Amino acid sequence: MYIYKKRMDVSLFNMIYLDNSATTKPCPQAIEAMLDAMTSRWGNPSSLYRIGLEAEQLLSAARASAARWLSCREDEIYFTAGGTEANNLALFGAAEARKRRGRRIVTTAIEHPSVMEVMRLLEKKGFEVIYLPPQENGCVAEEAIRTAVTPDTILVSMMLVNNETGAIQPVAAAKEAILAAGAPALLHCDAVQAFGKMPISVTKLGVDLLSASGHKIHAGKGAGFLYKARAVHLPPLILGGGQEKGLRSGTESVPMIAAFGAAIDALPALEAQLPRMRALNDYARKVLLATGLVRIHSPGDALPYVLSISVPGYRSETLLHFLEARDIYVSSGSACAKGKGSYVLRAMGLSDDEADSALRLSFSRETTKEEIDLLAEALTEAAARLRRK
Amino acid sequence: MKEIILIKNGELALKGLNRTTFEEILIKNLRRRLTPLGEIEIRRAQSTIYIEPVADGFPFEEALDRVGRVFGIAAYSRACVAEKDMGDILQKSADYLKPMLAKVKTFKVEAKRADKQFPHPSPEICREVGGALLAANGHLKVDVHNPDLTVMVEVRDFGAYIHGEQRTGAGGLPVGTAGRAAILISGGIDSPVAAWMMAKRGLSLNAIHFASPPYTSPRAEQKVRDLLARVARYSGTIRLAIVPFTEIQEEIGKHCPEDFFTLIMRRMMMQVATRLAKDRNCPALITGESLGQVASQTLPALAVTDVATDLPVLRPLIGMDKEEIIEISRKIDTFDISIQPFEDCCTVFTPRHPKTRPTLEQCLATEAGLDKEPLIERAVAGTEFSYID
Repeated sequence: MYIYKKRMDVSLFNMIYLDNSATTKPCPQAIEAMLDAMTSRWGNPSSLYRIGLEAEQLLSAARASAARWLSCREDEIYFTAGGTEANNLALFGAAEARKRRGRRIVTTAIEHPSVMEVMRLLEKKGFEVIYLPPQENGCVAEEAIRTAVTPDTILVSMMLVNNETGAIQPVAAAKEAILAAGAPALLHCDAVQAFGKMPISVTKLGVDLLSASGHKIHAGKGAGFLYKARAVHLPPLILGGGQEKGLRSGTESVPMIAAFGAAIDALPALEAQLPRMRALNDYARKVLLATGLVRIHSPGDALPYVLSISVPGYRSETLLHFLEARDIYVSSGSACAKGKGSYVLRAMGLSDDEADSALRLSFSRETTKEEIDLLAEALTEAAARLRRK
Repeated sequence: MKEIILIKNGELALKGLNRTTFEEILIKNLRRRLTPLGEIEIRRAQSTIYIEPVADGFPFEEALDRVGRVFGIAAYSRACVAEKDMGDILQKSADYLKPMLAKVKTFKVEAKRADKQFPHPSPEICREVGGALLAANGHLKVDVHNPDLTVMVEVRDFGAYIHGEQRTGAGGLPVGTAGRAAILISGGIDSPVAAWMMAKRGLSLNAIHFASPPYTSPRAEQKVRDLLARVARYSGTIRLAIVPFTEIQEEIGKHCPEDFFTLIMRRMMMQVATRLAKDRNCPALITGESLGQVASQTLPALAVTDVATDLPVLRPLIGMDKEEIIEISRKIDTFDISIQPFEDCCTVFTPRHPKTRPTLEQCLATEAGLDKEPLIERAVAGTEFSYID
């Protein structure tokens, strides 16, 4: 495809991209699907004539692909503009749908801002929100969930994989807690960092609502979805032409959704992929610890795609730019502004110094051991060259 | 109806025999700012500049907006052109002013007969035009003390001009009439304001920014470019020099005691800036320093930075409060950019307890360990230039 080839010439292939939790490089299949949808199947999926139908078929195919990965029905997938919108839709909707049965909501202290900020607004609207802190390993304790979920709890929202540490959260335990308490609660799961990277069955997890995003799995930015169990009813956030069965009006972004579907189809089988990523993650831990500079903050059983580290004595942002100059791209654990370390790492009990020097490495199926070696070398060089803070 | 923009020079009229030169520079500046909007003719007579679009469809409001940011202008207005004939003046006044008068209840007329050959004296023009406007607009009343709108009729060399309220110009002197100087710009609130103030006094600007990758972010450089683009709306094109400063900072860190870091750094900046300024025939430097604002801006600190250069250092903000500086930065629209959080990523080099009462002897002694000359030469040699308009 023309655009893709042009990009390839610009030596983007020489860079070492280790920030795949931020976004991923679109895969050729996704780009091809997007271009096809834009060049030859650009009809409005709601139109009754043939080209409308063709566009709708693209949506259906993508819906089926998503449903296969979650072991759910196709009509339980609702496309949105991304993970943030799916989270907003799920949380505002659930709070509204259940508000007559209680005011208590349980979530964790390490959720993504697209959950956190919604929770803060719900608090202002009179809901009582419990933020469960993580243990030192970055996971919320099952015992804490059981205590927090009371019979008047109407909503539990818990991410499946934390975006900063990769720590896998006990979502299934939340379902058990809801059942044990006899609570009327809906269970929502932000699976943006997990979808496509670990086996997810909505029935085994017991979730009613689950959010995912395309651009974290090599599709493009601008498409995500909310899984909503058939038995659950939510009010929409956006009203209009009644698309997505009235839950999310607005003409669907067919090219982005088609790309999302193609990216799902292009995902490697997890039986082979997960052991490979585990080996890569183990290798990274070994090589980075061998530099003598690095502390690892991700728990041993975290999703192997993410590795949270810190390089005590050096500021995240300085390291980030130092690595950038060597064409290595990582994320600083902190949210840019100086002195404000990550709330996730702080909630895990990291010191100011550690949180201030945190880096997040996040891998993709294309990451190689050689790239990890180059990262370790660059960090060693950084420690020798840069001033300590 | 033909319209023009009438411009009244500011302080220019005071400049005696230099006036022609000043007016020529002002006209050149106006031409450069306005020709992108369409072909114009510019004429001048008796401290007034006439801007006349050649073709129809000239975007007057955008042009007036731009004129409002050109230094050296006391007042300006959008006016209708009439023949120097009382009948035509009365007719055009009634037609042209109708929409403006519809919005007010009271008005008065002022007349200026610069062309003494015109047979009707000013009071007569006022009376006649006032009468015609009253006749054409039943709701109006004359109020000579507190009118909602003052109508101006000016009979000048090339014709008669009718307009409503004049707008106040940006004042100051035309950029370029005072020569040029180099502003040291960091990305904070102060330096863009200092640059604007000196451009207002007729200086054309060069800018010097010190970048310390990887301790500072490429976004900090972008921020400086964005700030200068805002200043350039007043000052015209600015030549930006970006100086690689990492090595100098690292060397200071290695060889000088911590409480002197900032002072020595500023002295080095002055020396690098002096070389760059002289290369560009800039006989002065500009800084955004304000007395006592931070440790490096105490009187003793200013004294030791001042002697690091043999050029005069203009410090237009020296006696201003932060609030006053912020007020100007809001007016010139730089505030919102300045407060983006990339400003001082350079905290690595900030001493915990900076020296506030340094002496030159102490500075020279602390600098003794630095091999300054080659450091300065390398910084100058590595400097990259670009133009901001």
